[in-house]
Amino acid sequence: MTQLQYKRTGSASGRTGSRYWRSKSAYLGALPFLLFSGIFLLYPTWNVISGAFEDNYGVASTAELKKVFNSPIARGAFGNSLELSIKTAIIGAILGGLFAWAIATGKQGGAFYKIAVALSSVLAQFGGVMLVFAFLATFGFNGLVLTFATQFLPTTFLADASWLYSMNGLAVLYTFFQIPLMVLVFLPTLENLQPQWREASDALGGKYYEYWLRVGIPILTPSFAGAALLLFVNSFSAYATASILINLADFLTPLQIATALTSETGGSNPAEAKVLSFYMVIIVVIAMGLYALLRRNVSKWEQRR
Amino acid sequence: MRQTIGVKIWRWSIISVVAFYLVVPLYAMFDFSTKPFGFADSGRTFRAWALIGTQENLIEAVTRSLITAAIVMALILFLVVPTAIWVQLKLPLLRRPFELLCLLPLAIPAIVIVVGIAPLYRWISINLSESPITLAGVYSMLILPYTYRSLSAALDAVDIHTLAEAATTLGAGISRVIFGIIMPTIKTGIINGSFIAIALVLGEFTISNILNFKTFQVVIAQIGRTNGHVAVAVSLASLLFVVVLLLLIPTKKRQGAVLDVDLT
Repeated sequence: MTQLQYKRTGSASGRTGSRYWRSKSAYLGALPFLLFSGIFLLYPTWNVISGAFEDNYGVASTAELKKVFNSPIARGAFGNSLELSIKTAIIGAILGGLFAWAIATGKQGGAFYKIAVALSSVLAQFGGVMLVFAFLATFGFNGLVLTFATQFLPTTFLADASWLYSMNGLAVLYTFFQIPLMVLVFLPTLENLQPQWREASDALGGKYYEYWLRVGIPILTPSFAGAALLLFVNSFSAYATASILINLADFLTPLQIATALTSETGGSNPAEAKVLSFYMVIIVVIAMGLYALLRRNVSKWEQRR
Repeated sequence: MRQTIGVKIWRWSIISVVAFYLVVPLYAMFDFSTKPFGFADSGRTFRAWALIGTQENLIEAVTRSLITAAIVMALILFLVVPTAIWVQLKLPLLRRPFELLCLLPLAIPAIVIVVGIAPLYRWISINLSESPITLAGVYSMLILPYTYRSLSAALDAVDIHTLAEAATTLGAGISRVIFGIIMPTIKTGIINGSFIAIALVLGEFTISNILNFKTFQVVIAQIGRTNGHVAVAVSLASLLFVVVLLLLIPTKKRQGAVLDVDLT
């Protein structure tokens, strides 16, 4: 929604609204929702942020913040999380972007278009348990590709399932839901590219690649970067896939948080979980802030049909 | 638009590479779920598919997840939607704060919400009862950005002020205005939001797993530890279910409305 629409609806209500519509008691109507979101959204958020500055007994201290910041284990997990998210965001953005272009250049509303979009909206939500099973059925023991590889390509890495349980394996899994997400986010942008720009470029004697090099890519770069940031946040926050495939507590930050929270060996440490969460939120907020900045520039041309 | 041969080659090679990557694991699931396992089977078998019905945990878990989804939908219909309309109608000052509140979950990963809600959840489980309501509460907040997006798009398309004033002039009470007049006009937005809610609730793992609540996904993961074939069959079945569900959504612009989240 653009600012313009806001002002329009706002002034409309101001002009036609009588005193009756503006009475103070109207605020009571928002109270149930406020209470509810207070319990289930604001309280948890506050709990994590304030908890990061307390120790396990509720005394204010920054000891835990410093301890986690200097802990090599936490740093390793954080580094892994960042590496995985950046890698899969870039690969997903490039492959998904190309795929979105391939969809957009086809006939709109055609069978391929419909199937590709429907499949994308399902697979973008396909993280977690089912994704892991799909890849185990592909590359795992007795899986489709593994069976094929042991017969025909016994010397390659495909003949052994162990690569799946590593950083590269996780990256391959994450990319599986990153590509469709990129398609969903980026396709509307591509469809809003004005055909006139292409025609103008053609009329001036520009070739297809010149159009993309000088017009298409420069104008799409902010949207592309914004979409890549969304993908980054998406995989940075992902927990389910990694927790089922690699149950190593120190591999990624979300896994470390879950372990700190629920450790069954009695080593549960809520303060550590809160501090780790706090650091995660900082990264996500930075990424989403950048995204918002990029969108502000994008929406100028994109949302004007 | 006329396409040169070069563009066509590029286009089809991109499509085939990505489609291969996306489709092979799906086919592999089907392949794996029909492979013989255990004893006395050879060739293809649908035993794993037949066994789905005999998994008692699974049926309980599906029921539990569906109940949770129903509560989430009720929360959307009777809490989120009316509040969104109310804010739009009567509280123009609260519009920005309300929008920000609805988009807040985008900045809070699910795993972080769990950390924050865990003490409260424990308290409720001990002192009140362990019901899906707490879980549904958290879920309804998690999906708030998506619900808000489809709602605000629908609300922008209709002049609800005029509708509301006309209805009030004709003697309708405020609940009649919200539930009887405005909600039917933004039906599509509400339906879209609800479908997304169901899909997300059925697919959620992080929160329910950590809070030790045996939802659909948590139980599939459990089955996977004992019988991979059945787990793969269930996964594929539920995936197909979601495809059907999403194909049922009426509007064309659903993708854009859902994911084109605008934070500015």
